Parts: sequence; C-alpha cells; structure tokens
Amino acid sequence: MTTTETSSEMVAQKTAGATKLSFMERLRKGDEAAYLITLCAALTVVLITGLLAEHLWVNSSLSRHQSGWHFLWSSDWDPGSEIFGALPFIYGTLVTSVLSLAIAIPIGLGAAIFLAEMAPRRVSDVLTFLVELLAAVPSVIFGLLGIFVLVPILSNYVVPPLRALFGWLPIFQGAFYGVSYFSASVVLAIMIVPFIVSISREVLLSVPASQREAMMALGATKWDVTWRAVVPYASRGIMGSVFLALARALGETMAVTMVIGNVPDVHLSLLAPGYTIASVIANEFTEATGDLYIHALIELGLVLFVTTMLINAAARLLMLRFKVQEVNA
Amino acid sequence: MLAGGAGVGSAAGFPFFSGVVLLRRVAGMCALLLWIGCGLVAAAQQMTLTGAGSTFAYPLYSKWAAEYLKTHPRIQVNYQSIGSGGGIRQVSIGTVDFGGTDGPMTDSQLAEARSKLGGANILHFPTALGAAVPVYNLPGVSAELNFTPAALAGIFLGTIQKWNDPEIARANPGVKLPNEFILVIHRADGSGTSFLWVDYLAKVNPAFAAKVRVSTSPHWPVGLGGKGNEGVAGLVRQMPNSIGYVELVYALNSHMLYGRIQNREGQFVKADLHSVSAAATAMSKYMPADFRADITNPPGVASYPVCSFTWMLVPTKMADRAKGAALKEFLTWGLTEGQQYGAALSYAPLSKDIVDRELQALKQLQY
Repeated sequence: MTTTETSSEMVAQKTAGATKLSFMERLRKGDEAAYLITLCAALTVVLITGLLAEHLWVNSSLSRHQSGWHFLWSSDWDPGSEIFGALPFIYGTLVTSVLSLAIAIPIGLGAAIFLAEMAPRRVSDVLTFLVELLAAVPSVIFGLLGIFVLVPILSNYVVPPLRALFGWLPIFQGAFYGVSYFSASVVLAIMIVPFIVSISREVLLSVPASQREAMMALGATKWDVTWRAVVPYASRGIMGSVFLALARALGETMAVTMVIGNVPDVHLSLLAPGYTIASVIANEFTEATGDLYIHALIELGLVLFVTTMLINAAARLLMLRFKVQEVNA
Repeated sequence: MLAGGAGVGSAAGFPFFSGVVLLRRVAGMCALLLWIGCGLVAAAQQMTLTGAGSTFAYPLYSKWAAEYLKTHPRIQVNYQSIGSGGGIRQVSIGTVDFGGTDGPMTDSQLAEARSKLGGANILHFPTALGAAVPVYNLPGVSAELNFTPAALAGIFLGTIQKWNDPEIARANPGVKLPNEFILVIHRADGSGTSFLWVDYLAKVNPAFAAKVRVSTSPHWPVGLGGKGNEGVAGLVRQMPNSIGYVELVYALNSHMLYGRIQNREGQFVKADLHSVSAAATAMSKYMPADFRADITNPPGVASYPVCSFTWMLVPTKMADRAKGAALKEFLTWGLTEGQQYGAALSYAPLSKDIVDRELQALKQLQY
C-alpha cells in the first residue's frame, strides 16, 4: 500500500517537474534550440526540392500540353520546326550512366577492398587521399582529358581489339569517330570511381572486428574472410556509394557533352555518337528563343528530375529488401 | 575569470584612459558613417548600363566599355555574354538596358516585346560584322580549298560523301583530294553562327532549304556536334577528313586554315575583314529602315558570301530617362569612335554609309 502511494507520488512529482520547465527554460537548456535549428535545416532541404519540382512543372506547361506523353518516346528533335522529342536524350542518359557504372563498380569496389583490407595502413591513407583529390577535379578538366587523351587512346588501342573480338555484336558495329556513348561512359566511369572507392572503403573499415575473427576462427583464408564476411556485411553501404555515383553520372554535363558527339539520334551501337539530357539543356538553353522551345528544354529537366527520383526510390527499395533478408537470415 | 578581473581593474584604475577610448570610438564611428555617406553619394553619380546577349559581340562590347570608361568615368557598361536568345528575352522584359543578338528579332518577338514593355519598341542597331568560315582537316592537304555553294550544301546534307567528289574536285584543280569519307562537324549549342551557316546554305541551295529549317539549333542530317567554336575546332583537329564551320574571329585568332567560298559573281573569296565589309557595303542599298537585314549571298566580286551583322537591341522608351540618354550617347560613341577598336579584335567595321543611317535612326530614341 505504502509502496504504491510513494510511487504514485513520485510520478506526480516527476510530471510536475516536467511541466515546471517553461518553453524558454527548455530553450535555454539547448535541447529545444537544437531541435528547432535542425528542423529548420531539414525543412530547407524539403523546401528547395519542392520549389524545384514546382518550377520545373509550371515552366514546362506549354510543352506538356502540346506533346503530352508523346514527348517521351518521340525521337525527333528539330527546334527550328518546333518538333520536340526526348527519346534520344533519355536513351543516351541511361546508356551512358549504366555503362559507366558497369565499368566503375568492379574498379571502385576492387580498389576499396584493397585499400581497406589488403594495403598497409600508410599506403592506404596516401592512396585514399589521392582518390579523394580526384573527386574534386572540375568536370571540364575530365572533358578535356577525354577529348585530347582518352579518345585517341580508345580509337587506337581499345576499340580495334574490341571490334576484333566482339565485332559481331550489334553494340560494337558502325563507324567509330572517337566521340560516342562508349567514350562518354569511360570518362564518366573515371569521374565516379572516386565516389565508390572513398565511401566503400569507409564502410569496409567500419565492419566490426568480430566479423573477421569469427570467420578466421573457422579457418578461412584472408580472401575468404574479406569476400564472405566483410563485403556482405558492408553491402548496403557499398550499394549506397554506387547509387550516389549513379546520381552523379545521370546529371553530369560538361565532361559528357565534350565526348558524346551531341547527335540527337538513338543508336544501338555503343560506338555511335549520342546525346544526354543534361548536355542538351546546357547546349541549347542560352540560344533558345520561343516559349515552346524553352518549355521543352525545361520539360527535359523535369524528366531528368523524375528519373533520378525513380532510381533513388528503387535503390531504397532494394536496400529495404536486403535488410529484410538479413533479418530473416 | 582572471582576464575578466584584470579588465575590471584597469577600467576602475584608469578612468581617464577609458574616456579616451570611448571618444576615439565615437570619432571612429562618425568617420565610418561619413565614409559610407560619401560612398552612397558617389554611387548615385555613377551610372551602370547593363546589357546581355550575343557571345560573339562580347569581346567588342567589353572593349568598348573599357575604352568608354576612360573618357566617361561615370558611365559603367556591364555586358554579359549569355547568348543571343537570352539577350532577346531579357531586353524584351526589360531586365537589361540593352540586348545583343546575332540574328534579328522576328516580327512576333517584336510584337511580344512591345506588349511586355508597355508600348516601347525595340530598335536594331548593327554594331559590327561577323562571318562563318569552313575549317577542315585533310591529312596531306595544306592548300586553302575552294568550295562552291553546291559542294558545301551537299557536304552538310550528306549527299556529297567523299572528299574526291567531282563537285569539290572541280573547284580545286591541282589539289590531290583523298578518296575518304567526309566527317561533318557542326555546332551542338544553339548559336548565331549555325543560324548564319544554315541561312546561307538554304538560300543558295533549294535541296538544303527543303531539308533543314533555318534555326540557331538546326536539325542536321549528318555529323557530330561540338560545343562552341572551340568544340568544333577541337573535333576538326582531332578527326582526320573532317569539315566544320567556325566564326571568322575565332578562326583568325586561333590561326586556323580555312577555305574560300564561291560568291554570287562566281569568284572564290577568302573571308577577311575587307571581303566581309565589302559584302555589307554591297548590301547597304537594300538595307531596310529597321536595319534587320540579311546580308548573306550579296552581289559584288569582292564580297564574302557568308556574313551577318551583329545587332544591339535598344528599347525606344526607358523608365530612367538619364539612363536612356547615357545609353544613346554610348551607342553613338560605339558607332563612331568605337569602330576603330573592332578591327584589332578581328571584327569587320561597318561602312560609313550604314553608320550615318544609324546615327539618323538614333534620333528616334526619345529620352
């Protein structure tokens, strides 16, 4: 009886103590202030995204009404006759992004595993510093590097053997001028590798030692430990780095426009010139006259925005599935 | 704690000292306020004219602005090279004082601007001349090639595919042209140079006119796109057997080899400041009152056929009358004294006849 009384008294005191603190006092104590400041920061991000979406939607109205869904799968782009079709740009954006990921993932992941697991700590730190330096190089430099260094190398040493081996595949047929989907993808791959390396290395390093020790206790080799225990544990973080890299590849403008050839056609061959959404906006916006033309370019921006959002959503879903599998296992 | 104690001690111990500090602070603040005030007065006397548009005209207008500032220290001219399309848009809604464009505004654009500017018209004033030239990369050929209009149209349509095509070979006796495919390079970004090139080809070749619409971003049947003059020049240098077109000023300044084009009188003419000025002079009698003249394919044996004016766009009414008067004065200066700076930057100067007519037209500006 007495115990219940005292406990209820204590509860009453506690609540009284909690209500005694006024809002100002709580503000002074810091928690409330921190809450409000961080909330404002979070709301700013939401606000910017919202404004961006609204701006893209409103300012593309003419083009949306004129072409409707046809805009997405028409491949004619002739601003002079006010005919606008986005397919070559959407296709080019997706092809270059996916191909660049295909090149960058093995290299980036391999480098990250080496830096985190294999290399001595000092070597790893120096190399990581260099990799992160690479991420800070302006993209126009990569574009120049692409057109003056990479394109000659590709056309002299890479494409001829590629054609000799896989020339029967439709993706390696047709004339090769140097500038192409393939060249753009290689340049993009060089640009996104640092993202994958840098983040994946951090994730791999943060895998707890117990994971490695448990595997070693079973008599596994070093590579077995890395490949079977460390990498799977870090897989979600690695995927995060890959999707960040993909977002970068989708939106890259300058470097791509310098090596893709800027031809609004859809080609199956990876050696053919193409075009991407970001490039066409950068190239044509300044000289675009006529409202419909500008609205069509902004609608392209909207398409890129939605594409990026869909890909990010897909990434989230994929990670969620991984999480569920982990829990089930 | 220790520092706080020392501070209190000194203030209490040396009241005289702290009074001096206070006095000094007040004096300092007064000086600061005075300085800001002077700055504001000076800024009020300073006037900035803002312009935006054509990238082609940017070096010329910045040179004009710098030279004009020397003799008129209160007038600052700020010109942004955002492209002709942007220049037309900005001057039409009145966010800049003047615009710059390489292609004249259409009638519908003028009507739209009139409604947005509350009845003010936009006038065109030619300020300099530009031209487009064919550049090519043919290993083993270092001669200046001759191009007939039919050859150029065929190449850029894709109907002439090889360098040793009779249409090209006939105009270049003695030059050994390779039996190789022609790789066409065009501008990828919207550009006045593309507009000029296509405008000319469409005018001289009906087949080209039927296939390609004249636009700043034409729909090319063949070829690769490079960004900017430097992008086209870079691709041409990289790719053997290629041909492209660049702005004359760019070709001259980067010492590129470029071809001659056959004009209306059958002469193969190399583009330079004289042949471009000759074209404008030959066309001056056809100049309309609003100066929106297309001068491609002009008569005259010395005329280069692919050239165009670059225009300054000026509204007839301005909210700030003093600004309007300053702009009028700047433009008058540019058309007279300013012309001498053009040649050094490789812009072909306007003929006296055109300048005189423009100075007459400037009187329409009622500020």
